[in-house]
Amino acid sequence: MRLRAMQDNLMGYFFIGPFVFGFLLFTLIPIVSSLYLSFTDYDLFAKAEWVGLANYEHLFFTDSKYWQSVKVTFIYVIGGVPLRLAFALMIAMLLNTTARAIGIYRTVFYLPSIIGGSVAVAIMWRYLFGDDGVVNAAIGLVGIDAIRWFGNPLAALWMLIFLSVWQFGSSMLIFLAGLKNIPASYYEAASVDGANAIQKFIKITLPMLSPVILFNAIMQTIAAFMTFIPAFIISSGTGGPLDGTLLYSLYLFRKGFEFFHMGEASAMAWIMLLIVAALTAILFMSSKFWVHYESKGGN
Amino acid sequence: MTPKQWKWSLYHIFVSIFALLMMYPVIWLVMSSFKPSNLVFVTAESLIPNPWVWENYVIGWQGIGAQSFAVFIKNSLVLVILSTIGVVISSAMIAFGFARLRFRGKAFWFTVMMITLMLPYEVVMIPQYVLFSKLGWLNSIKPIVIPNYFGNAFFIFLLVQFIRTLPAELDEAATIDGCGKIKLFYRIIVPLITPALATVAIFSFYWRWEDLLGPVLYLNKPSMYPVSMALKLFLDSQTVSNWGAMFAMSVVSLLPVLIVFFIFQKYIVEGISTSGLKG
Repeated sequence: MRLRAMQDNLMGYFFIGPFVFGFLLFTLIPIVSSLYLSFTDYDLFAKAEWVGLANYEHLFFTDSKYWQSVKVTFIYVIGGVPLRLAFALMIAMLLNTTARAIGIYRTVFYLPSIIGGSVAVAIMWRYLFGDDGVVNAAIGLVGIDAIRWFGNPLAALWMLIFLSVWQFGSSMLIFLAGLKNIPASYYEAASVDGANAIQKFIKITLPMLSPVILFNAIMQTIAAFMTFIPAFIISSGTGGPLDGTLLYSLYLFRKGFEFFHMGEASAMAWIMLLIVAALTAILFMSSKFWVHYESKGGN
Repeated sequence: MTPKQWKWSLYHIFVSIFALLMMYPVIWLVMSSFKPSNLVFVTAESLIPNPWVWENYVIGWQGIGAQSFAVFIKNSLVLVILSTIGVVISSAMIAFGFARLRFRGKAFWFTVMMITLMLPYEVVMIPQYVLFSKLGWLNSIKPIVIPNYFGNAFFIFLLVQFIRTLPAELDEAATIDGCGKIKLFYRIIVPLITPALATVAIFSFYWRWEDLLGPVLYLNKPSMYPVSMALKLFLDSQTVSNWGAMFAMSVVSLLPVLIVFFIFQKYIVEGISTSGLKG
C-alpha cells in the first residue's frame, strides 16, 4: 500500500514537475529577489548595497513622477474598465438573440480584442488621433473643434482609454456565454407578471450575471494595471506629453531599464503586487454583497 | 413588412452601423497603406485611395536597419513556433497531473498555480533579467522561449477545466486494460483534448506574435528582431513623409493574426467563453 502511494506521488510529480520547477525558478525566486532588491540600490552593474527603506521613501516623498504615474494609472483603470464592461454587456445583450448573422457581428466586435495588443494597432491609433487624423475630422463633422490629442496630457490619456474600450470583445464573449445560461423561463415568467425590459434587466439579468461580472471586473482591472504596449508605442517610450500617459508599468520599465534604478523599480513592482492583491481581495470580499449564485453549491 | 420584420431590420441596421464603426480604424489602416505617403493625411477622411499604389508594400518589404522585412517575419515565426510547441506540451502534461492524478501536495500546487494567474509580470521582470544575464542568455531568444517549456498558468487552467469534463470511466477502463498513467495520457487524454490544445496553440501564437516587452528586454540586434520590434523601429525612425511603408508593414504584421482568427474562430470563442483567456 505504501509503495502504491509512493508510485502515485512519483507519477504526479512527473506530470506537474515542469510547473513546480518553473514556478520556483521563474516566479518564486524572482519574487523574493525582487523584495530584497527593493531595499538596495542595485543598478545592474555594481554590487547591490542595502539602503533600507530609502527607495520607498524616495518614491513616496520625493519622486513627483511616481505619484503622477499612480494618478494616470488610476484614471486609466477607473475610466477604462467600467466603460469597457458596460460596452461589453450592452453589445452582448444586443447579440443574445437567435437571429442569423449573429456570428458575423460577434466576429467583428471581437476582432479588436485579438489585434488590440499589437504594435501595429498602437501605431494605427496614434495616427487616427493625429492632429489631422480621422478622429479630428469626424468630430469636426459634428462641429467640435479639432483636439490636439498629443498636446494635452489628459486628452492623450483618454486616447489610451478609448483604445482599451475598443477592445471590449473578450469581456463581451464571456458575458454572452453567461447570458445564454440564464433560463428563458425566468424572463417569460416576468413578462407574465407584467415586468418591463428595464425591470427584467435589473431583477433578472444583473443578479444572474453577477458572478460573470465579478470575474470580468477582476481580470480586466488587473490587465489594465499592467498595460504597457499602447503607452510605450503611442508616447514613443516617454509617457508624454507631460507624463500624461506615464502608466505605472511604463514608469517601472523606464526606471529599471532606462535609468537603471533597479532597486526603486523593484520597490515599484512590489507596491504594484500589493495593489493588485488588495484589489483582487476587495473585489472577492465585496462579492458576497452583490454576487448572486444560483444554487447552494455555487457555480 | 410586418411590425416584427420592421423591428428586425432596424436591429440589423443599428448593429451593423455599430459594427462598421468598430471596424473603421482597421479599414482605414488598410486603405491608407494603399495611398501615396504624401496623401495619407491630406485625405484622411476619404477612405478610398486615389490613386491606388503598391509602392508602400515594396518599400516596406525592403525593411529597416539593413534587414529585409522577411527576416523579421522569419524571426517572429521561430519565436512563435518554438514557444508554442513548448507551452502546449508542458501545459497539457501539467493539466493532466492536476485533473486526473492523485498525489500529495496536489491541492497546494493547484492553489499556487491559481495565484500565479493574478501575478503581474513586472514583479518578476527585473530578477528574471538578472537571472538570464547570469545564465548568459541575453541577446538570444532563450529567455523568451524557454520559460514556455514549464507551462503557463492560463493554459493549464483551461486544460484542467476541459479534462475534468471527460468521463472518469475512461481512466478506469484504461487502467483495467493495463494501461499505465503515461500511456493513458498520450493515447487517450491527448486525442480527446485536441480542441482545447488548439485553443492553447492559437493563443500562444497570438501572445508571442504580438509580444514586445520580451524582445525589447532581450534582443538588441535588428537581425534578431521579430515583427513587433521592427514596427517599433519603423516608428522611431519615421522620417516625416514615409507613413505609407509603416502602414503597409503594419497591415502585413496583422495578416497572420487575422488569417488564424478567421480559420480557427470556433476554438478562440470557446477558449474565451470557458476560461476567460484575454485576447
